Amino acid sequence: MKIKNFIALFLILIVVWILVNNSFSGQIIIIGFILSAFIALLFGTNLRIFDELKFTPTALGYTFIYLLVFLIELIKSNLDVARRVLTPSLPINPGIVKTKTVLKSKMGRMILANSITLTPGTLTVDIDGDTLYIHWIDVCCEDIDKATNAIVKKFEKHLVKIYD
Amino acid sequence: MINKILFIAAIIMLLAILLTLYRFIKGPSAADRLVAFDVMTVSSLALIALIANFSSRVIYIDVALVYGLLSFLGVIIVSRYLERGL
Amino acid sequence: MDSTIGIIGAILTLSGSIFIFLGALGLVRMPDLFNRIQAGTKASTLGTFLSLIGLLIITPQWWGKLILLMIFILITNPVSSHILARAAHFIGVPLADKTVTDKYKEEEKTFSIKDEIKNDTHD
Repeated sequence: MKIKNFIALFLILIVVWILVNNSFSGQIIIIGFILSAFIALLFGTNLRIFDELKFTPTALGYTFIYLLVFLIELIKSNLDVARRVLTPSLPINPGIVKTKTVLKSKMGRMILANSITLTPGTLTVDIDGDTLYIHWIDVCCEDIDKATNAIVKKFEKHLVKIYD
Repeated sequence: MINKILFIAAIIMLLAILLTLYRFIKGPSAADRLVAFDVMTVSSLALIALIANFSSRVIYIDVALVYGLLSFLGVIIVSRYLERGL
Repeated sequence: MDSTIGIIGAILTLSGSIFIFLGALGLVRMPDLFNRIQAGTKASTLGTFLSLIGLLIITPQWWGKLILLMIFILITNPVSSHILARAAHFIGVPLADKTVTDKYKEEEKTFSIKDEIKNDTHD
């Protein structure tokens, strides 16, 4: 458990270091290696947020698939909201609906809520246990199950395989 | 050719920032002004990156990074203040 | 060859700026605060993202900082718009007349009482 936190923090630190320095030259990588290892040793032991990460190949593969699905959703819904903004009569039908998620892990719930917020048309207002309150720009159904099917399911079915 | 297209993009971004400035001045509540501030800073990140490309200085991208960090912190702090007081 | 790739990048930047403009237009046109968040912050996020990808194609020697800026925008923007929406609902910003349903308001009372109790025991 401890070594996994250390590796995760170390990887994040060294990737950010290389990106900020904008080069792969030897000196910079050596200095970044030493500094990242030092900071990760100091602070990595008590870090709880990486507890639920998995480094197995299937989890990494599903992360890639999830990113692809998410990008396609992002562009599709952006075009939809752009169409609504440009229509003179402003065809919106907003409301706040209640949905449920089956995800257990906190990390998975956080990524689910952030993905829902980042796609236009849906906005997570609050999350309480397994209940998500979502502001929806085009409410088709106020029922919990139907709203869950329409908003949450398309992201959830991939996240379940990564985090549970 | 490339520079001309980028120049047109910069002008469109400036118009967008002017539109958000309208909402920033008029917005009926403080939260509306905060949304306008958020949109304005995110749009100006792209504009700063374009200006870095025009003057070909990579240091301006660092300015954009720090600016984005500060505006994120500012939005979070002001909305916490609206919610329950600091 | 080089210039065609550059022109593709420039067109990506141009489409990103059009998305930013549509987001600003939505910010002005939408009737209430939640719809303004929907139209404004998300469209400008995608617009900035596309512009930075275009700049990445035009000047590939700056890859590190541009990628860092893109990751940073993708992580921080949903957080700030979510916390903005929660604060706005908490201080009671009115919803538009078109609003169909507000399931959150029905349970807000119990939430605030729970929070009060939690704060009291904390002190």
